[in-house]
Amino acid sequence: MTETTRSEIRAALRELLPVLLAVVPFGMVYGTIATAEGLSFAQTMGFSATVYAGASQLAALQLIGLGAPVWSVLLAVVALNFRHVLYSASVGRHLHRFSGLQKAMAFFFLVDPVFGAAEARASVQPLTKTFYFAYGCVLYVGWLASSALGAVFGSLIDDPARYGLDFILPVYFLTLLMTFRARSGFYPVALTSAAASIVVYLTLGPPWHVTLGGLAGIAVAALMPPKPAAAPAQGEDRHG
Amino acid sequence: MDEIWWIILLAGGLTYLTRTGGHLLLARIGSIPPRLDAALNAVPAAVLTTIVTPALVSGGWPERIAILVCIVLALRLPLIVTVAIGTAMVAFARAAGF
Repeated sequence: MTETTRSEIRAALRELLPVLLAVVPFGMVYGTIATAEGLSFAQTMGFSATVYAGASQLAALQLIGLGAPVWSVLLAVVALNFRHVLYSASVGRHLHRFSGLQKAMAFFFLVDPVFGAAEARASVQPLTKTFYFAYGCVLYVGWLASSALGAVFGSLIDDPARYGLDFILPVYFLTLLMTFRARSGFYPVALTSAAASIVVYLTLGPPWHVTLGGLAGIAVAALMPPKPAAAPAQGEDRHG
Repeated sequence: MDEIWWIILLAGGLTYLTRTGGHLLLARIGSIPPRLDAALNAVPAAVLTTIVTPALVSGGWPERIAILVCIVLALRLPLIVTVAIGTAMVAFARAAGF
């Protein structure tokens, strides 16, 4: 293993550590609820292995529990996961070092923290396969392991909220969000998204606040006059 | 086959489509026009914001204050330190009965 490989892996794991502290209890909650809803151990794990998106897995469980038809369960999953379309459009521009098969694998791992970490990394230096897959694979294994733990020892964590564990992910995404503040139009975009998502959250309700709120901020960025100083067509990662 | 397995396989396939769809659409377009590029550069700021706002709306005052404090802290402190302080604030506030 070269020194660069090692330092890329170290950087990925350092970024991942606080995320794992939040994802593991979340995975355990999922595993516990899935078992309580009557899913077998194989089904509980199959869901985590194929869908790999906690909020949509919990929503699906809730609908399955209500006896909802298959199509409406699938509709809820797609609605909750639609934000990934935006992630893949954006992150795909930083994957020019990846082969076709590696891209196909990279997109499978493209969950919220992976997207944020990859974008933040690509803002300051070229995004390497080592960094991306070290972060993505360890998080995936962590998700599977915590789902299994939840399914087997359902009541291990009595009350995650007591330790503020439910607050780690919002504050983590907030802090990650702030690392993008040097990008042009950051404040108009973020404030528009915040306002739009709050309105949608209070009216239409979740999960629409993510997609519609996000699109509102993106629209602001698209409509703003382009900055003459910024090299527009290629994006910031092509320099490295 | 069990209905649950159909849901698992179809939901997994559809989710993978959302994770590749944006990139595949862009690949069909070929070159990215400047305004689209600006829009894509705004995706992190736009979407990460929407993941945070529910904590601001449906959280109590400890969560709201912690979010505002962390916005300021994030300007100065490393990511992991800000996350630790924010989480500790909320855990302490809850332990104190807020």
